[in-house]
Amino acid sequence: MNETATIATPPQTAEGPRPKITARNVNVHYGEKHALKDVSVDVPEKGVMAFIGPSGCGKSTFLRCINRMNDTISICRVSGDLRIDGRDIYEAGLDPVLLRARVGMVFQKPNPFPKSIYENVAYGPRLHGLGNTKAELDEIVEGALRKASLFEEVKDRLKDSGTSLSGGQQQRLCIARAIAVRPEVILMDEPCSALDPIATAKIEELIDELRSNFTIVIVTHSMQQAARVSQRTAFFHLGKLIEDGVTDQIFMNPRHELTRNYITGRFG
Amino acid sequence: MNNHTVKAFDEELGVLSSKINEMGGIAEAMLVESIEALVKGDKARAEEVIRQDKALDALQQEIEDLAVVFIAKRQPMANDLRHVMGTVRIAGDIERIGDLFKNIGKRVRAMDAAMVGTRTLSGIQNMARMVQGQLKLVLDSFSQNRPDLAREVWLHDGEIDALHNSLFRELLTYMMEDPRAITYCAHLLFIAKNVERVGDHATNIAETVHLIETGEPLAGPRPKADDTHYTKGLKAE
Repeated sequence: MNETATIATPPQTAEGPRPKITARNVNVHYGEKHALKDVSVDVPEKGVMAFIGPSGCGKSTFLRCINRMNDTISICRVSGDLRIDGRDIYEAGLDPVLLRARVGMVFQKPNPFPKSIYENVAYGPRLHGLGNTKAELDEIVEGALRKASLFEEVKDRLKDSGTSLSGGQQQRLCIARAIAVRPEVILMDEPCSALDPIATAKIEELIDELRSNFTIVIVTHSMQQAARVSQRTAFFHLGKLIEDGVTDQIFMNPRHELTRNYITGRFG
Repeated sequence: MNNHTVKAFDEELGVLSSKINEMGGIAEAMLVESIEALVKGDKARAEEVIRQDKALDALQQEIEDLAVVFIAKRQPMANDLRHVMGTVRIAGDIERIGDLFKNIGKRVRAMDAAMVGTRTLSGIQNMARMVQGQLKLVLDSFSQNRPDLAREVWLHDGEIDALHNSLFRELLTYMMEDPRAITYCAHLLFIAKNVERVGDHATNIAETVHLIETGEPLAGPRPKADDTHYTKGLKAE
């Protein structure tokens, strides 16, 4: 029997591009707590998928499974089948550090290193041996800053500390830092929750540009943001994936009552 | 349609719905009054119908303004968004219904009283009764959140079309028989057409109610009987 034959049937017919990430019956336990229950979902390649749901529903937990961030939590157990490009990311011998170079992450609060803007971006590529010469590294840094729509704003002060930037700029710096190691997937955990509406709009514009080159998974509490930036949306509730589908359908005509109650603000 | 965490959300949706009900009530009264005015040649009543249309225009405007503010403030999703957008559409349909009755009122005002009294009027009265039933049913389907009633309305529009069709032929016959009746019959043709179009708007509202309640458009086979446009090579509008 070949490898894929053991994977459970997808929850629904795949639409659009092929899946980049496939999850089948993923379960996560934090000690006794069953945080994620039998989650099966396909994340299509080169697009934005949004995970929504109330606090504690498991959406961030699932996001953190995709680059094995949960490995850092000693009481956390992950089971099930989680693959990127068909390869099991929990298989023995797979280096989580290399995985995280392929699967970048941007967090809720911008967390630039206490280093210069340049170093913030150059750090990852240097670590992974991507830029061998100063010229190569310069090119990578400029390219990443440009992709993150930040270069024009910081080109004259690359030596300034990353922390001297505004919150929105810091978040775009973190996105540049994630992009610099040339990942295939970018995970974003509420990337705009600490930003004002203008900085949020810039990040959303950036997400829209990045999706032609990257597979993006975003966790957000803002339903409007999920509706604006994503092509597919998944709704989580109490550790279960309740419904996933094309974003327009989820927000205009959700199939499941729980989804409808959540997105229309009827949660009792 | 209730139980939002934010209570004002429900209250504001409720206001939008009650304004639709108010518009519906006015439109129903206009139907009765305009047909009565026609049958009795009562020009004062016709004036009253013309006057009532202004109330519908104002309510439609009010609903649109409320809906815009509601969307901006509450950012509704799913069935809530469909409800708000549907309310705006229904208000538009009822406003058009008001225009059609106003038009009947204006015709009654212009018609020569001496001409009133032909048997054709009973045909128009019949049609008006059917339309009245459709209008009531569709307004109930909205206020009671009943897509099944909406479907019923949608399925029965064909009967009005059929009646309109026979009335059309009948009036043509009268006009051919007696050219002096042409002016009067032409007015009646337009009035019959207006009543028939009110039925079409009721059907539009039925479609909107169904979409609000289910998220799906009304679909399936539906009897259609308006073939007046085939008569004498007239084209459909």
